[in-house]
Amino acid sequence: MKFAVVVFPGSNCDRDMYYAAKDALGEEAELVWYQEAKLDGYDAILIPGGFSYGDYLRCGAIASTSDIVTQLKTQAEIGVPILGVCNGFQILLESGLLPGAMLRNKNLKFMCHFENLVVENNQTIFTSEYKQGEVISVPIAHNEGNYYCDEATLARLKENNQIVFTYQTNPNGSVADIAGITNEKGNVLGMMPHPERAVEALLNSADGLKLFQSMLANWRENYVAGA
Amino acid sequence: MLQAPEITPELVEKDKVYCEMGLTDKEYDMIKEIMGRRPNFTEIGIFSVMWSEHCSYKTSKPLLKKFPTEGKQVVQGPGEGAGVVDIGNGQGVVFKVESHNHPSAVEPYQGAATGVGGIIRDVFSMGARPIASLNSLRFGNLNTGRVKYLFEEVVHGIAGYGNCVGVPTVGGEVQFDDSYEGNPLVNAMCVGLIDTKDIQKGIAAGLGNTIMYVGSKTGRDGIHGATFASEDLSEDSESKRSNVQVGDPFMEKLLIEACLEVIHSDALVGIQDMGAAGLTSSASEMASKAGMGMEMNLDLIPQREENMTAYEMMLSESQERMLLCVKKGQEQEIVDIFRKYGLEAVAVGTVTDDKKFRLLHKGEVVADIPVDSLAEDAPIFYKESKVPAFYEENQSMPSYKPVIDDYAAMLRKLLQQPTIASKEYVYDQYDSMVQANTVFSPGSDAAVIRVRGYDKALAMTIDCNSRYIHLDPEVGGQIAVAEAARNIVCSGAKPLAITDGLNFGNPDKPENFWQMEKSVDGMSTACSKLNTPVISGNVSLYNESNGQAIFPTPIVGMVGLHESLSHITPSHFQNDGDLIYVIGEASAEFGGSELQNILEGKYFGKAPTIDLDIETQRQSQLLEAIRAGLVVSAHDLAEGGLAVAVTESLFTKKGFGATIMVEGDLTAGLFSETQSRFLVSVNKENREAFEKAVADAKWIGAVSRNGKLVITNNGEEIMQEDVEELQQLWKGAIPCLLKSKA
Repeated sequence: MKFAVVVFPGSNCDRDMYYAAKDALGEEAELVWYQEAKLDGYDAILIPGGFSYGDYLRCGAIASTSDIVTQLKTQAEIGVPILGVCNGFQILLESGLLPGAMLRNKNLKFMCHFENLVVENNQTIFTSEYKQGEVISVPIAHNEGNYYCDEATLARLKENNQIVFTYQTNPNGSVADIAGITNEKGNVLGMMPHPERAVEALLNSADGLKLFQSMLANWRENYVAGA
Repeated sequence: MLQAPEITPELVEKDKVYCEMGLTDKEYDMIKEIMGRRPNFTEIGIFSVMWSEHCSYKTSKPLLKKFPTEGKQVVQGPGEGAGVVDIGNGQGVVFKVESHNHPSAVEPYQGAATGVGGIIRDVFSMGARPIASLNSLRFGNLNTGRVKYLFEEVVHGIAGYGNCVGVPTVGGEVQFDDSYEGNPLVNAMCVGLIDTKDIQKGIAAGLGNTIMYVGSKTGRDGIHGATFASEDLSEDSESKRSNVQVGDPFMEKLLIEACLEVIHSDALVGIQDMGAAGLTSSASEMASKAGMGMEMNLDLIPQREENMTAYEMMLSESQERMLLCVKKGQEQEIVDIFRKYGLEAVAVGTVTDDKKFRLLHKGEVVADIPVDSLAEDAPIFYKESKVPAFYEENQSMPSYKPVIDDYAAMLRKLLQQPTIASKEYVYDQYDSMVQANTVFSPGSDAAVIRVRGYDKALAMTIDCNSRYIHLDPEVGGQIAVAEAARNIVCSGAKPLAITDGLNFGNPDKPENFWQMEKSVDGMSTACSKLNTPVISGNVSLYNESNGQAIFPTPIVGMVGLHESLSHITPSHFQNDGDLIYVIGEASAEFGGSELQNILEGKYFGKAPTIDLDIETQRQSQLLEAIRAGLVVSAHDLAEGGLAVAVTESLFTKKGFGATIMVEGDLTAGLFSETQSRFLVSVNKENREAFEKAVADAKWIGAVSRNGKLVITNNGEEIMQEDVEELQQLWKGAIPCLLKSKA
């Protein structure tokens, strides 16, 4: 399986994401600079965290206007799995690939620590290796992780089972304790917590690894077994 | 506002314009002699910043020479952007600490943020990838609105910059004392990793080579920042707010990635960060170090404001700028690399062989200075030193004997002392995990960062107990180094080297200079004994407000090496039933202790003593025991003594408790800050082997799962405390102080 890790100016979790795919999962991964990129030919696309364009204007806003996001939309359309973490999630929101918006954390401070997440939907290509309702320990590190959407959107998210992860104890004020959501089709996942930082017991949790393993398992099922 | 064109060289002399810039009459005369004429306004400005303490170390140099700087592990000692220590496999660890005290006193957010940015640049200018940041902070007590504001904004500034730039902030310390009320300390340390073959130098070598400027454009911010950093803070310091630079961490992140790509280009000769004294210091130091001269055309400097004078450009401390020396004819290679990141590399000068620092502006020569006189040959002054009366008074006091009626209540009070209380409020705001290498983040004795791809890790800590140094700078200086090493050893690593952040008051006062001298002596002795040479550092003097000096605060940043990942050892208890040991006996030492602070509201008497032979022996025995797999957790005994160390060790896992037996004098046993002591937990099976390995270890109890801390004295139960309640007090203390009305 071949992953693309899209690198914007100011991305800073790009290598973490790259190593999670390459070392922890043991698959192929490439760092793809936003200007040089051709996004076709990858089995999955990872949008890492960080501060693209220094978070100037709004988190993810400037990156969402880049050419590569146009390509990203095409890939989303044809069903390529796309995972956006933290700033990557913010970029997916700003580009309209996922619904909703981010507000500042309710305490108005950056926060970084491990949080317990509940796997709300294990029927996705990102979570199939988890048990439904499983509680996993994954770090958060954000200043604008307070997810917001209107009631109609929230109702739709619930109805379509698009809420994939929730916080066991809400740290930032997110609507409905939301930590991660997918698009309707289920091939685009955005989440504030960092699964790529939780892929080794040495670094205090390997609970995020199953997310990458789920992607791998589903890719095998769809492409290898079917081929 | 000083304007260059109107001020002639004659006026500079007649009106003593140089005094306003921080130069003395004597220094002006020296400059006149070096130049063979009266310096013009731009030239005198250049001298004033280069001869400031911050750039020249003119008063501290004679002391810094005393530090041991050699060892077989040292690859690069003091003198470059940062020091480098060998860690095997062709790799080196690069680190340095730097202060940003005065900027933080007037504009805490930007002051702290640019402190972080500056030290990160020092590290990547060596060619190293920055892998961790630490910081050491000092504030007044959290009972005035001003102090709370400084504290919150400094932390906010460190977070704002460090998080964005993608370097994890993994450790640090915060202490509170009235002596820092008007003059907080903000010392930032950065650690980088490098393949030693890639080490860069800040030199401008090779006649005719090109000098290139990269990064943010030059503005009027930070003019005379280095001078500002080298004088006392006073009531009009507020008016120096415009001297404080403004940081752009996004630009810094782009610079990091671009510079780490550029170091692999064969076109690069030398690279240096424009830190204090900006363009002036980087350019003149690069030329002087190479034994060359330099000519720069200031018309070519990228500027973000209109009509900037030569003086303003040379003294600006705009952030996120680098100066490169590039082989003639290969400039385009460099331009192309930076362009990828949206950065412009601009040729602004050339290397000459006349050892002159020559600046052109609008077709005129605006400065022409012998370059060595700015850097290598800057003057050195030997200050007068005098033993302060209060030192002798403290030494002659009988030893302080605290009286405690309720031991449990005292433990609770200690846990709520801001210096001891949980710093979660602070470090939760820092991204401590980016780069995905953080094994132990803040809250441990030492932070641990694994080296990806190898069976090894780095331990790092930053520490200084200034109360001891206030009471006895020589002993306190030894303790500062020993305590840092204790933190490193507890984590299972071998101490390698230190960086020192020397923060003192005005050195013109002989009592202050004496404190500097003695602390350096103490630190030097301990560094030699523990084989941790000084590889880099920073000096910040004039830390006074309204005539009152801070406690002498020579901060020690230390890095150690875990030779295997299996040696990594947590600070806190891990398993129910593990045996608890204390290494080293307590004697009644309370001078400078947290207990004295609570009971008396001040520090007096003698600092705790330290025997460096015992220290070394215990450290090496503990490290051996850890490497042999005999130790589950290890924590050093510091502020608050054994009682606080045991309690803190219980806070990791819900439901943990312990039963501890103290024999003899209970006050000393629980709260004394006697040095060279450790708290260790050991699996029952390893009891004999551990006792054999560590001579001074004494079994004092066991970890339980009943959520209670039980302490007995000579068989009698002294307290039975609910651990969760203690944890709430410890965790809530700082947030509670911040919320309470000033």
